[in-house]
Amino acid sequence: MKLDGKIPGGPLPEKWDRHKDALKLVSPANKRKFDILVVGTGLAGASAAASLAELGYNVKAFCIHDSPRRAHSIAAQGGINAAKNYPNDNDSIWRLFHDTIKGGDFRSREANVYRLAQLSNHIIDQCVAQGVPFARDYGGYLSNRSFGGAQVSRTFYARGQTGQQLLLGAYSALIRQVRRGNIVLLPRREMLDLVVADGNARGIVCRNLVTGEIERHPGHAVILATGGYGNVYFLSTNAMNSNATAAWRCYRKGAFFANPCFTQIHPTCIPVSGQYQSKLTLMSESLRNDGRVWVPKRKDDRRPPAEIPEEDRDYYLERRYPSFGNLVPRDIASRATKQICDEGRGVGPTKLAVYLDFADAVRREGIGYIREKYGNLFDMYERITGEDPYRTPMRIYPAAHYTMGGLWVDYNLMSTIAGLFVLGEANFSDHGANRLGASALMQGLADGYFVIPYTIGDYLAGTSLPSIAADHDAFATTAAEVEQRVRRLTSIRGEKSPREIHRELGRIMWNYVGMSRNAEGLRQAVEAIRGLRDEFWQNLRVPGDVNHLNKYLEFAGRVADFLELAELMAIDALHREESCGGHFREEYQTEEGEAVRNDRDFAYVAAWEFTGVGREPTLHKEPLVFENVPLSVRSYK
Amino acid sequence: MSKVMTLHLRIWRQPRPNQKGKFVSYTVGEISTDMSFLEVLDVLNERLIAEGQEPVEFESDCREGICGSCGALVNGQAHGPLPGAALCQVHMRHFQDGDTVVVEPFRARPFPVIRDLVVDRSALDRIMAAGGYISVNTGQAPEPNAVTIPHGKAEGAMDAAACIGCGACVAACPNAAATLFTSAKISHLALLPQGHPERELRTVKMVQQMDLEGFGNCSNHGECEAVCPKEISIANIARMRREYLRALTLMDRVETTVR
Repeated sequence: MKLDGKIPGGPLPEKWDRHKDALKLVSPANKRKFDILVVGTGLAGASAAASLAELGYNVKAFCIHDSPRRAHSIAAQGGINAAKNYPNDNDSIWRLFHDTIKGGDFRSREANVYRLAQLSNHIIDQCVAQGVPFARDYGGYLSNRSFGGAQVSRTFYARGQTGQQLLLGAYSALIRQVRRGNIVLLPRREMLDLVVADGNARGIVCRNLVTGEIERHPGHAVILATGGYGNVYFLSTNAMNSNATAAWRCYRKGAFFANPCFTQIHPTCIPVSGQYQSKLTLMSESLRNDGRVWVPKRKDDRRPPAEIPEEDRDYYLERRYPSFGNLVPRDIASRATKQICDEGRGVGPTKLAVYLDFADAVRREGIGYIREKYGNLFDMYERITGEDPYRTPMRIYPAAHYTMGGLWVDYNLMSTIAGLFVLGEANFSDHGANRLGASALMQGLADGYFVIPYTIGDYLAGTSLPSIAADHDAFATTAAEVEQRVRRLTSIRGEKSPREIHRELGRIMWNYVGMSRNAEGLRQAVEAIRGLRDEFWQNLRVPGDVNHLNKYLEFAGRVADFLELAELMAIDALHREESCGGHFREEYQTEEGEAVRNDRDFAYVAAWEFTGVGREPTLHKEPLVFENVPLSVRSYK
Repeated sequence: MSKVMTLHLRIWRQPRPNQKGKFVSYTVGEISTDMSFLEVLDVLNERLIAEGQEPVEFESDCREGICGSCGALVNGQAHGPLPGAALCQVHMRHFQDGDTVVVEPFRARPFPVIRDLVVDRSALDRIMAAGGYISVNTGQAPEPNAVTIPHGKAEGAMDAAACIGCGACVAACPNAAATLFTSAKISHLALLPQGHPERELRTVKMVQQMDLEGFGNCSNHGECEAVCPKEISIANIARMRREYLRALTLMDRVETTVR
């Protein structure tokens, strides 16, 4: 099968407009005849469900939570980028496009990223109209702040709760359509498989998490907006319920999985404190504006930080990257921190932490300034660690945060299964090998508000889709498989809980498929993952029954799928013999430890096709063509 | 530095909505003061699974106090002893070694128990569906700087919009009123010019829905504000009352716009 990204022709700035003009339309009367299933109600899912319902489609919206407002988009702190150029600092659509392509280390599509930059301004308009209370200056106009990877201020924000406010905006649009009867809302449902009939995605099978009932939902198209797979690492900044099951089930049904090894490890998180730990908490990137990262020069220097004089400290980011200092991009900062801790120079009880020190800023600007700027983050840190960061430096360490990889989609956001569309973090499309801060919210909402409402019409108008009912053979077969898999999880009656096995998987992934990878480690990881998967199916223990709210049964199903996805991540990381963005292969680095990209051999999207569990997947390559931005080496020295 | 302690937990166990529940006692040792309250429940659940018992069902997701999924009454206090924090943000250094801690679900008639500590809070979504939005379709939005919003108004709207919809206010209220929740949304949208076209209608419909769901009336106890993890002010309830009165005086106009 040849991958066709369906990238429109013509000059970059005209591609999207030309493409839209060529898309087929569905008339208002006919829109009522189409049922669209939207899985997930985060920024991408909620915005898509609301927009499609407004157009007149019949929408069913599914979420695993008790309410659509709980989706993990809600936890995004910093902000959302747009090329409004309100600060008059010479920002433009071109610059946002350029920064995003470069930030992604030249592993994303020019056409997609340009469209994203074009749509960014409409997102701000839409959100403000919904009542999103973005920060305003004293004249009443919208405020902006700066984020990494850009030399302009283009980030719109609502305190440290931008994701929450944007999600509540999309949720309010969704819930309005629920009341009007245009959306049927199905909370506490988990999609457990995709139904494909005659080559088209025609519905889903899901489990009602309260009653345990396996439900069949037919439709004319399926939109997957189920987020990323960062929880494969067990410990990540993701929420407890974030998982890859829906996407993985689609992969097993024929949707290609693209660039699974592109994962983002965020440099500033509160470090792990013990075995019991369930998740990691992010400390916003903005702290690196005023905080200085350091460790003692000497190994095993056990003095408290205040007693270590300047000459015995190593401000290693400032030393290695004098021009960007503490504000190097996320992938660079995380890697440097790991190297320091690997040398044994980490601090704190586990030695897997470094100091983020505000003493200079407090001396320079006063404690009031720091409190006003970062007060809520400092409070959050103190709440978790019991230490006061105004007096003693924070201890931070990198943690898994975001996944750039995801299901492969074309320019219309359609996967390799006709009628299956993938939006937001669940797809691979816009961030290449490294995502810039404040760009995830932008992409989720661009996909949901402004791309899918146009492209789905073209599919529906141009495809003959015979009516299908829940008793169709394809539904019966898939539902039976799902039911069997769920029962199997409770019938093993082994010794280990799903979280125990998940924690072991996380350890393998973090050590071998984490911030720094090498061929030998990746081969070991594949073996270890396979072994753990076997153990899972022989030694799992899930108490309780299937016809009931059973959280550990839900976890178990997700861990089962993570155990397959983990292997694909390792295989992809092994095959990509270069270092780019979040993917750092130790064999491909300069003498100073910087990443060495290989554009001659690896300037492509790696899209993997499922061939069976434990079997080598088939690699398909979509070449990446750079006509507008010359390929160059990222340097932050 | 972290210390280790033992706690005696009395947890509400209720297998199904219509079955009787009861408190069950568990003693959990080796609790680090660095653990969060929910991590103590995780540890207990791992032990219960190892012993072949069914784990305690409780809701949680982001574990950083923003999603609103978690919550329980801990020694009678919604979200436990720490002000301005959701239960997932309460760490064990706020408890003493040997403490007995009673854990039960958010209790209110409109929040039926599903299992153990998990309750059905969909009534809050229905209040939102009744009018907690601005009716703007995708694509209709004008240029956002065309209408200025004074800094203070924007900040006030943000204060109210910070609500995470956890339902602690309802659980803490002796009347099981949802007025803090409802008024936070009414305030958020009433403070912004974008919210004005539907201002009266929204207030009336949301208040009607709140009553329909069986929530009680506010009698100014202030418990809601005391437990709110986002410290939403009860001044919003006063504003909601003003908005409601205002809407009633303009009722003719309101009625003509009800669809």
